[in-house]
Amino acid sequence: MTSSVEAAVADAHRHEWAFVLAATVRVTGDIDVAEECVQDAYARALASWPNRGVPARPGAWLTTVARRRAIDLRRRRSTHDRSLPRLVRAAVTDPDEMEIDADADGRAVADDRLRLIFTCCHPAIAPEAQVALTLRLLCGLTTVEVARAFLVNEAAMAARITRAKKKIAAAHVPYRVPSAEELPARLDAVLTVVHLLFTTGHTAPAGADLVRRDMVERSLDLARMLHALLPDDPDVTGLLALILLTDARRPGRVDDSGQMVLLADQDRSDWDRAVIGEGVALVREALRRRPPGRFALMAAIAAVHAESPSWNATDWREIVGLYSLLLAIWPSPVVALNRAVAVGFADGPEAGLDALDALATEPVLAAYSYLASSRADFLRRLGRVTEARLAYQEALLLTENAVEREFLENCLRRLGH
Amino acid sequence: MAEYLVLIYEDETAWDNVEPDRFGKIMAEHQSFGERHAKVIRGGNALQPTGTATSLRKDTSGGYTVTDGAFAETKEALGGYYLVEAADLDEALAVARDVPAPFGGVEVRPIRTFD
Repeated sequence: MTSSVEAAVADAHRHEWAFVLAATVRVTGDIDVAEECVQDAYARALASWPNRGVPARPGAWLTTVARRRAIDLRRRRSTHDRSLPRLVRAAVTDPDEMEIDADADGRAVADDRLRLIFTCCHPAIAPEAQVALTLRLLCGLTTVEVARAFLVNEAAMAARITRAKKKIAAAHVPYRVPSAEELPARLDAVLTVVHLLFTTGHTAPAGADLVRRDMVERSLDLARMLHALLPDDPDVTGLLALILLTDARRPGRVDDSGQMVLLADQDRSDWDRAVIGEGVALVREALRRRPPGRFALMAAIAAVHAESPSWNATDWREIVGLYSLLLAIWPSPVVALNRAVAVGFADGPEAGLDALDALATEPVLAAYSYLASSRADFLRRLGRVTEARLAYQEALLLTENAVEREFLENCLRRLGH
Repeated sequence: MAEYLVLIYEDETAWDNVEPDRFGKIMAEHQSFGERHAKVIRGGNALQPTGTATSLRKDTSGGYTVTDGAFAETKEALGGYYLVEAADLDEALAVARDVPAPFGGVEVRPIRTFD
């Protein structure tokens, strides 16, 4: 019983946090105070639901409790706290209208969740703070959890969040959905943050596990939320498709003993076909806009892999073509690297090696283990064992992820002496 | 309404070597910027180059050390400013984007109020 209540609270925390917070900001007009009230509401749920049962609509219950707490605080604080700077200036709902059904202003609150994420991902805030604020305010993670996700110590993360909140208040970073003309650029910043969360989870930069499941799930939740709020935006659709299609292959990426398995060697019957189906349908939708955006193109590449029956049957020409389109709209060295690797599979290791060597002077890639490990793989296939060994050793110097390191060490061992 | 100071940071050597025609053009751009945003501009000035600056720093004996030059030597130096009124940072940035600063850029700082 208790554990099912705990699960219900955890589920409400994961799925309703942003909604409850946004609805509470409507009452407090301030994010900091609203956060406090929402935390309090979740604590009360833990205390009350075991006796009174899980409410039919947990989000509505939590919203009502958090809002009541907000009114309480406002009455108590109104006299002496007036001078505190507000984090945002949101329109405040009249307390008399507060007991209305939480659904009644659901549409407005949905809009408020967008305001919240656009405030968190404002370009005037440092990128690493954008990510941290998004996890805090949209996903309800504690500072400790955010710190753990990014391998930063707690004090440093707390300082980062405090500094960002101060800037939002002092510089009046607006709490609103950007106008139609600003929207594409501002939305791109939001999607970049969500994508960064996903990639951080998908291949953890350090630590014992290859995948940080929690970060992947948070990014998927955010992408689903954005897609529900902006269903017609092809970039949002593209990002959701990309996350689904990449994550659908997760069950094949690590074997039973926790070792990393390359795409080429994965058992494709492990892949989640239902998720792939959902992702492919979304990719088709996202590709309708011409020219397609970067997330739609990345998702299309993931879809080619996901739908290919085997590694050998992969349409590498299609993949090289998609990477070329991607490189044209997003000239990033990492995209160029991925394209070069695909060239190696489409036209043979010699061609791949040439394409990789053309990128050798790219400073961004110098510290990137994937360039060295890809070179190593092409060299091995060409029988250039000594050079391959050096390249694997170089790749080992560049990654801290335990699973990736083990994989590279195995490759080295297999090369022999 | 909040106020923001838009600080213009530019490369002074570029200004030293500017052709008279170009100089006139930039001045005209400031003129039209001022007219375009007259409603929200609360003030503004161009500054003499940092070579004319004098800096004062408190010394250990309670007095001041007076030195020739700007407080901090940077490639792009503060060369002028506008004080603008705006509802929020986005509005301020929209005005700041129009400030002519061909040899550098601008920094937008919210004005602090004490009440």
